Amino acid sequence: MAKIKPRVKVPKKATAGEIVEIKALISHPMHTGRAKDKKTGNKIPRKIINKFVASFDGQDVFTANFEPAVSANPYIAFPFKASKSGAFTFTWVEDGGAEFTASKKMTVA
Amino acid sequence: MKQTTQFSTISRRHALAMLGAAGAAVLAGVPAYADGAAVAAKIKGLTGGKSVGEGTIELDLPEIAENGNAVKVAFSIDSPMTTDNYVKVVHVMADGNPTPEVASFNFTPAMGACSASTRMRLAKTQNIIVLAEMNDGSFKQAQATVKVTIGGCGG
Amino acid sequence: MRLAVTITMALSLLAGAAFAKTPYHDGTAEVITPADKNHPLGEIVSGYNFRKAMIRDVQDDDFENPAMLVVDHGEELWGTVDGSAGKSLSQAFEGCAEVPLDVVGSVYPRFNNAAGKVISLEQVINMCRETTMGAKPYKWESRDMLGITAYIRMQSRGSRVNVAVDGKASAAFERGKKLYYQRVGQLDMSCAHCHEDNYGNYIRADMLSQGNINGFPTYRLKWNGVGSTHRRFRGCMKNIRAKPLPYGHEDYVALELYTAWRGNGLKVETPAYRN
Repeated sequence: MAKIKPRVKVPKKATAGEIVEIKALISHPMHTGRAKDKKTGNKIPRKIINKFVASFDGQDVFTANFEPAVSANPYIAFPFKASKSGAFTFTWVEDGGAEFTASKKMTVA
Repeated sequence: MKQTTQFSTISRRHALAMLGAAGAAVLAGVPAYADGAAVAAKIKGLTGGKSVGEGTIELDLPEIAENGNAVKVAFSIDSPMTTDNYVKVVHVMADGNPTPEVASFNFTPAMGACSASTRMRLAKTQNIIVLAEMNDGSFKQAQATVKVTIGGCGG
Repeated sequence: MRLAVTITMALSLLAGAAFAKTPYHDGTAEVITPADKNHPLGEIVSGYNFRKAMIRDVQDDDFENPAMLVVDHGEELWGTVDGSAGKSLSQAFEGCAEVPLDVVGSVYPRFNNAAGKVISLEQVINMCRETTMGAKPYKWESRDMLGITAYIRMQSRGSRVNVAVDGKASAAFERGKKLYYQRVGQLDMSCAHCHEDNYGNYIRADMLSQGNINGFPTYRLKWNGVGSTHRRFRGCMKNIRAKPLPYGHEDYVALELYTAWRGNGLKVETPAYRN
């Protein structure tokens, strides 16, 4: 079973007022529940990352809700307005409640 | 390939026409994929039947996707993203997939801009519809067609 | 049967004209002139150039390329001590490979003195694990093996594929060449039918490449994951209704050597992102 591993790209530094791009990716098969196991012929049950939350200094700033139509190894890129230095926390939620997180700091001048 | 579209109201006549087509498709026994009617129904559920307004939503979608497994979908919506005037939620829908919902995104003014990019699975050639809800309860919409081709071979 | 295939290809050709261009068509692709005058083609082009922008863009971005997740896994294993000798692959490998690490990815498959024959990168790794490290071999298509081979080949990324096919490697080279042109399966086709006679043409809606392997192990959308050249060979044989050989079969190693030679001069692109 492949490990479920997140990776994020956050600029280390930004100027106040600058809109930066945040990129986040997590390795995950995103089983839709429609595909069949080639060996057993049984349907592989649905198991996807259904939510991605980005928070900055404890405040949620962006949420993405994923359906099975989102590709395997779900990728998301979104903007953020730098205002003060702080830390991002990124959370991915899997069907069933398991959570995966990653954090990154950003210095704002 | 960027496709910029402006879209206005879905007329009742249009919605009824789509529902009619869906009815005919069911009678003909075609496979149970979503279609225009399913998306129209979903949109109605989200908007409460309100009219959907104009506004520039820029869609970044390929014209032809060589493979339906990971098709890039990105959008950018012109909005000041201030606490008085910002995009609250954006829904991405595909009218030819088994179910129309692809993803939805909740934005906050802290983001400073309204855009997002991800990759989606497309079962076949179909329309991608992006519906945006503003903080004042109004809606904007845009759509584009993505052609999905069947690959050759290669195991 | 052959006539049916010819007609299908002719129809695909006509249909193909309607599709958008790839770099190969519009002349922006890097085109290599074969150094070897016995090369059957007048130009060598990477498979990268036969794909549309949506796919090329992902390969160009190490962050987005999902193959990099497998490379990361390989990098972790590379430095991990494993086996009775208390060594990691990073310590044992150069001795086993008989060439420096930053060159391995551009010269394998290669005649290996310790093995006494031409072997693939996967076989060097397992030979190293078993004899030098006292560790268990990896299964050919396991995430571990794919990770390590992708990681190693990536160390040569940007340098030119340069497999040796003369001297002690010539027997395997000749065997690989024979296999490349051999018709197999119910569809009675060889590698050459698609990748030599019809590269640049369409098979259904896919533009056929020259079948170079400079990006392997590669992520394929079709697999929703990373796979080896042997997986690709097996898949193709299944498509033409031939019985695929097992992973690691001597014939596939020979075919791998020959196919790599056809791409000598191309830049190593591992880990690639393809259709």
